[in-house]
Amino acid sequence: MTEPAARTSDNQKRERLVTLRPMAPIVPPVNVSGHALMVVIAIMSFLCAMTLGAVTMVQEKAETWQGDVSREITIQVKPDDGLDMEAALTEVRNIVLAFPGTLTADIVDRASTARLLEPWLGEGFDMDELPVPRLVIVTIDETAPPDFAAIRQNLADNVPAAALDDHRAWADRLISMARITVLIGVGILTLMFATTMLTVIFATRGAMAGNRHIVEVLHFVGAETSFIASEFQKRFLLIGLKGAAFGGGVAALGFLLLGAWQSNSMATALNDQVTALFGRFTLSSAGYFGIVGIVVLISAMTAVTTRLTVTRTIREIDRERADPSLAEIG
Amino acid sequence: MIHFENVGLRYGMGPEVLRDLTFDIPKGSFQFLTGPSGAGKTTLMRLLFMSLKPTRGLIRMFDRDISVIPGEELPLLRRRIGIVFQDFRLLDHMTTYENVSLPLRVRGKDEASYRSDVIELLKWVGLGERINVLPPVLSGGEKQRVAIARALIDQPEVLLADEPTGNVDPPMAKRLLNLFTELNRLGTAVVIATHDLTLMDRVNARRMILTEGRLDIHD
Repeated sequence: MTEPAARTSDNQKRERLVTLRPMAPIVPPVNVSGHALMVVIAIMSFLCAMTLGAVTMVQEKAETWQGDVSREITIQVKPDDGLDMEAALTEVRNIVLAFPGTLTADIVDRASTARLLEPWLGEGFDMDELPVPRLVIVTIDETAPPDFAAIRQNLADNVPAAALDDHRAWADRLISMARITVLIGVGILTLMFATTMLTVIFATRGAMAGNRHIVEVLHFVGAETSFIASEFQKRFLLIGLKGAAFGGGVAALGFLLLGAWQSNSMATALNDQVTALFGRFTLSSAGYFGIVGIVVLISAMTAVTTRLTVTRTIREIDRERADPSLAEIG
Repeated sequence: MIHFENVGLRYGMGPEVLRDLTFDIPKGSFQFLTGPSGAGKTTLMRLLFMSLKPTRGLIRMFDRDISVIPGEELPLLRRRIGIVFQDFRLLDHMTTYENVSLPLRVRGKDEASYRSDVIELLKWVGLGERINVLPPVLSGGEKQRVAIARALIDQPEVLLADEPTGNVDPPMAKRLLNLFTELNRLGTAVVIATHDLTLMDRVNARRMILTEGRLDIHD
């Protein structure tokens, strides 16, 4: 047997005799502080995702209100001596439908009008005895609305008892309210987000403090800063990802379950109360994407904080080197 | 290889703990660093390992003035030095084998290329049966041998050992000293900080004696 072949055979024999476990990672798997960090990240991600979901819901609700109001106009016909109400209503409908930009025009019939007034006048009142105005509800094309001034003029000429209400005042108020609500929501979300980021940063630094001795040993056995930073970053990215995915996942699941519960228990007293108080818990795909964004952002923030902390720790070790007064006396 | 010239060091505003040190560590040399407790042996070892900068004087390591070496180059220079810390500095989550392999691992070497060398070295320092054991389970002497094996594994140009036989029995101390002299024969300069006179008497080597921060050299 040649010498190199014999040496290889010797090495193989030696290795066969010793069983080694798979190499341990450079940075130890999650310890107590790592678990605490994961829990903190999960809680903050959950709160952040819930806030984002709530703000998204409010914003979508506000947009729906705004859309509903601006999609409709109402024409009111007041009773007058000698006015044939039914004929006037039909004429109003024909006039309105003649304008481009109007989609439908529905006359609110006597029964529906009576139902509208029931809360104030009670059941079984005679509509003929009271001067009850009647309504024509017109749906318009939001993208190309009709000329309201022309409709007003036409109605004034042909049916003087008719008055057009384009809901502008109401819509303006509602839009302002919706904008303020969304603005408050965005403010809360920003605060929540800032708190989450700061908490994650401080919790990561805290967890990293327990690993300073590892950074030192790696630094002293010749590991470069980028190598040490990458090893820690990988470990803490995983911690961040697990915590954030759990927190965000629970929040998303919460919205899904609440939405499903609302859909499956319609017309129950509890559901009606909850819907009246909080609205519908349906989150759009944008809301779910937002939650995924939060998970990604929090994980990335954990990883970046870890990298910066490692770099700072190494800088501190080197500062001790440059200024012996900071070092332990040996 | 290492050159100190009028080196002094003080901690903060305190007195100088090392004064006017001028000496060379030539390539392939062997020396003991000794002196009473508190004389500054560990501080001098830290200067040699570049984990401290002197408050005055000049230190040249591998023909580079260490006062102007940028921080990012230090790890590359430290790779040429093996160090045995007095407090061992082993990583508790890694086995004996993994601790000893660490310097090679951080250099990006493939495990297959060093596995047999690490096992062989561990057997040589008497830890062949403790390869898969974690440091908390090891005795002080065993930890010390792991720290020594870690310092030697990449055949450094200089080996710095702070009290390397402080926790081992005389036969093991003798065996470790043989390991250091063997390494020295292969070209590694060795600096051993020790109080152990018996150990020093075993090798005919240069003695650097630190007393109250001043150095006397006996060739």
